[in-house]
Amino acid sequence: MSARTLGLSSRIAAACGIAAIAVTVAVAQQAPDRSKPPALGPLPALNLPPIEKRKIPDGPEVWVVGLHKVPTVHLQWVNTFGGGGNGEPMLASLTAAMLDEGAGQRSALEIADTLDYLGAELTTNSSWDAASVDLHVPVARLPEALPVMVDAIMRPTFPEAELDRLRKERLASLIEVEDDPEQLIRFAFSRLLYGTKHLYGTSMLGTAPALHGVTTADLRNYHARHYRPLSLSVLVVAGDVAADAVMPLLTKAFGTGLPGGNPARLASPPPAQLDARHVYLIDKPEAAQSQIRMGWIGVPRSTPDFFAIRVLNTILGGAFTSRLNNNLREVHGYAYGASSSFDMRRDNPGPFFAGAGVQTDKTAEALKEFFIELARIHEPVPPEEIEKAKNYLALQLPRNFETTRDVAGSLAQLHVYNLPPDYYATYADRVRAVTAADVKRAADQYIQPGKFAVVIVGDRKAIEPGIKSLNLGTVTVIDAAAVLK
Amino acid sequence: MMRRLLAIALLLAAASPLGAQQKGGLDIPYTQFTLPNGLHVILHEDHTVPLVTVNVWYHVGSAREKPGRTGFAHLFEHLMFMGSGHAKYGDFDQLLEAAGGTNNASTAEDQTNYYIDVPSNALELALFLESDRMAYLLDAMSPKTVDAQRDVVKNERRQSYENAPYGMASIEIAQMLYPQGHPYRWPTIGYMEDLSAASYQDVVDFFKTYYQPGNASLVVAGDIDPAKAKASVETWFADVKPGTAPIGPIDYPHANLTEVRKKTIQDRVQLPRLYLAWITPAHFEPGDAELDVLSLLLAGGKNSRLYKRLVYELQVAQDVAAFQASKRLNSEYQIVVTARPDVSIDKIRAVVDEEIAKIQQAPPAAREFTRAINQIESSFYDRMERIGGFGGVGDQMNGYYFAAGNPGYFTEDLSRYRALAPSDIQAVAQRFLPANKRVELVVESVK
Repeated sequence: MSARTLGLSSRIAAACGIAAIAVTVAVAQQAPDRSKPPALGPLPALNLPPIEKRKIPDGPEVWVVGLHKVPTVHLQWVNTFGGGGNGEPMLASLTAAMLDEGAGQRSALEIADTLDYLGAELTTNSSWDAASVDLHVPVARLPEALPVMVDAIMRPTFPEAELDRLRKERLASLIEVEDDPEQLIRFAFSRLLYGTKHLYGTSMLGTAPALHGVTTADLRNYHARHYRPLSLSVLVVAGDVAADAVMPLLTKAFGTGLPGGNPARLASPPPAQLDARHVYLIDKPEAAQSQIRMGWIGVPRSTPDFFAIRVLNTILGGAFTSRLNNNLREVHGYAYGASSSFDMRRDNPGPFFAGAGVQTDKTAEALKEFFIELARIHEPVPPEEIEKAKNYLALQLPRNFETTRDVAGSLAQLHVYNLPPDYYATYADRVRAVTAADVKRAADQYIQPGKFAVVIVGDRKAIEPGIKSLNLGTVTVIDAAAVLK
Repeated sequence: MMRRLLAIALLLAAASPLGAQQKGGLDIPYTQFTLPNGLHVILHEDHTVPLVTVNVWYHVGSAREKPGRTGFAHLFEHLMFMGSGHAKYGDFDQLLEAAGGTNNASTAEDQTNYYIDVPSNALELALFLESDRMAYLLDAMSPKTVDAQRDVVKNERRQSYENAPYGMASIEIAQMLYPQGHPYRWPTIGYMEDLSAASYQDVVDFFKTYYQPGNASLVVAGDIDPAKAKASVETWFADVKPGTAPIGPIDYPHANLTEVRKKTIQDRVQLPRLYLAWITPAHFEPGDAELDVLSLLLAGGKNSRLYKRLVYELQVAQDVAAFQASKRLNSEYQIVVTARPDVSIDKIRAVVDEEIAKIQQAPPAAREFTRAINQIESSFYDRMERIGGFGGVGDQMNGYYFAAGNPGYFTEDLSRYRALAPSDIQAVAQRFLPANKRVELVVESVK
C-alpha cells in the first residue's frame, strides 16, 4: 500500500548518447568513489523477438513469438472495430462484454468453470479503437482452453438473462461513478469537452436510458457486422510455443470462417475544438480534496507529431520529474501527484488533459500553478530537460517486451493503429530525432490553455470564491447526474 | 490428499505438442551472501530483456511505530527519495529518469520495499544511489525536507482514504480487530495529527535504529553477470556502517477476537457495503494456504460460492471479494460485499453466513477444489514473468527471504497448496471463520 508514485504511464524510445565507460570492478570492501555519479555503460541492445507471420485460411493472421522462460502462453486476438468507429460505442462495449457469457455449446457458468479448471484466464474487451479477446494459459492446457476462446470470438450466444444481468451491473456502476470523484471527473471532462452529440462525450459504459433500451438482437447484429470476416483480424501468440507446432491447433480451432460481415467504418465527424476557456464546478460537499482536470481536444493517434508530442508531454506531466508533478507535489505539496496526458485514438482526436487531486484549501493556489506551468511550457525548454525526456522514453522500450502479455499487447498495437513492421525497431531513433523546435511547435499547437475546459469536483462552498477570484473564465456549476445522462 | 496431488501432477505432465521448451518454470537460480556490515545480498541472472532491478526490503513497517507517531514508517519511506550525502535533492529521480529508469517504494505493517528498475548499463548508478541513501541519508536531511513530504503524505491520505469511496473502512476495521496498543491497530498511512507531530529527531532515531544494513536485504536481478554484480555490490555497500544493536522480532501477545464487534459508519456512497473480518494464522503458518484456497472457493470466478449466489443468481450484490491478507504476527481474513441499490445489508449478510456455514459443514467437491488449486498453480507461473517492479521476481525473492529465510522458495510455496485436501478447507473454515467471533463493519449512505 501507500506507494510513492502514481502510475504515470510512458511508452518507449531512444538510445542515449552518453559515452561508454567500462564497468569498474573495484577491490571488494574498498570505499567507493562517491564524488560523482558513476557513468553509464554502453547501452545494451534490445533484441526484439522475431515474429513468425502465418495465416489461417478464412481466419485471422497469426503472429507467433517464442518466449520460453515460463511454460505459459498469451494469445491476443484483435480487430480494428472498437466503439469509436461505428457510432455505437455502448453496443461495441456490451457486445465484447457478452462474448464470454455464453458461446458455442457452453453457458456463462460452463465457460468460467472450464477455464478456471485449466488455470486459464479469458478477457474480452472493446476500447474506442478495437475489440479484443485475450487468453492467458499454461502452455500444456492450451489445447483445451483454445476452443473456448474461439467460441467467444466466433459463436457467442448472447443469452437474454446474461444481458439483463450485465445491464443491472452497469446501471449500478454508473451510481458508483457518481460517488467516486476520481471516476466522476473523467466522465464529466469527456462530456464537457465533446458534448452529447459526439460519441467521445459519453462513456462506452452507456447511459441509463441506452442500457434500458438495448436488446440481445442489437448485440447479435453488432457481432455479425463487426466480428467478420476474421481475415481482417490478427491473433498474436506469445509464449512457450513454436509456430510450426501451434499452427495446426489454431487452424483446427478456428475452422472455417463465418461468411458475411460488413465492417466498414462509419466516419464520425471530427469534434469541434473549444474556442474559449470555461470553468465547470461539480459540488461534493465536505470533500477532502478537489479533483481537477483541464484540457481540450487533442490529436488522433495518426498525428505526424506523435514523437514530438510524446517528448513534450513527458516534460510537462508524463514522468515523476515532470514539471507538473514537481511543482504541485514536490515544491508546493498541494497534491500526491500531478500529471498530463494525450489520449490518442485512431478515428478522431482524443482529449489532452492535465490534472491532480489537490487539498481542498489549496484549490485556487493549485489551479494557478497549473496555468503557470501550461504557460511556461511555451518558453524554450533547456536542452538537458529535453535530453532527459528523450532518454526516459527511448530507454523504456524493453519494458514492453518482457512478459508474454507485454509482447502480445505491444504487437497488437501495430495492427490496431496500422503501424509499420519496423515501428519498435526504429522507435528509439525517432524519439532521438525530436528537436527543441519540434517541442516548441507542438506546445504552441496542441496546448492552448486559454481555450481549455477546466473541470473541478470538490466542496463548492469552500472552493468557489477562490476559483472565481482567479478570473479564469465563466464558472458554471453543474450537477453530477447531468454528466452521466 | 494423495489423490488430489496426483491429479494435478497429471495435468502438468501432459505432453506438450506445441514446441514448449521449458518444463519446470519455478526454479529460480540465485546466489546469496552477507556483507561484513550485515547486509544480505541475493543475485539472480535473467537476460530476457536488458533490464536490471535493484530491490531492497527493510524489515520494518508501521508495526514498529510508537504511539503518537503513526504513519511514520511510510513518511520515512518518502524521505528516502529526498537526497543523501552524495546525491543532492532531486538527483535520485533526475539521474534515474535520464538513464531510462523507474523507481518506487511501498510500506506495509511489517516491511518497507524499494525498487529501482534500469537498463542494465545503469546498474552502477542504481547501486550508487541505493547505497548512498542506506549509508548517508541523514547527511542530506533537514526539518524542511520532512515538512515537504509531510504535506505530500497528507495529500496521499486525503486522496486514497478520506476522499475515496469506502476509503475509511480499512482504518475502522483494524481498530475493531485489535486491542489498544497492538502493532496492527493503526493504519500504515497514519492518523493526520500524528503526521503533523512527526519531527526531524524522529527521522534520525528511526534511521539509526531500523535502516541498518543488518535489518535489510538486497536483490539484484535481471541482465547481470553475477560475478561482476557481486563485486559492484561489495564496492558500493562497503562504506555502509553496521548498526549498533540488532533488531529482534516484535514481541506482542497474539490478538484474539472473543465476540462479534459491530459498527456502522457513514460515507458519501449510494451503495452500502458489508465487511466481515477475522484474525487468522500468520503467513506460512498452518491454515494460511488453506485460507487462500477458501478465498477462491468463495469469490474467485463466476462459479465461486459467494459470487455465484450474490452477484450471478440473486443479483443483490455489485461485487464480492474474499481474501487472506498474510502478515507476520497474524493475518486477517476479509469478506467484502457491495450491495445493489435498495438491497439490505441484512439480506446480504444472511447469504454470506449461509455459505460460510455450508463450507464448514462439508468439504468442497473434488472439481471445485481442484479448480482452485489449478488457478493457484497458474498464478505461480504468471509471477515468474516480470523481474522488476512491485511483485516482480526480485521483489518476491526478497519477500520469500523475509518470510521464509529462502529467496528461492517458489516451489516450496506452491507445494503448500498441492499438499492440501478438500477436507483441509472445511477445517479452516470451521476453525478460523466463526460466526460468533468476528468484526462486522457496514458502510452506509450519509443520511
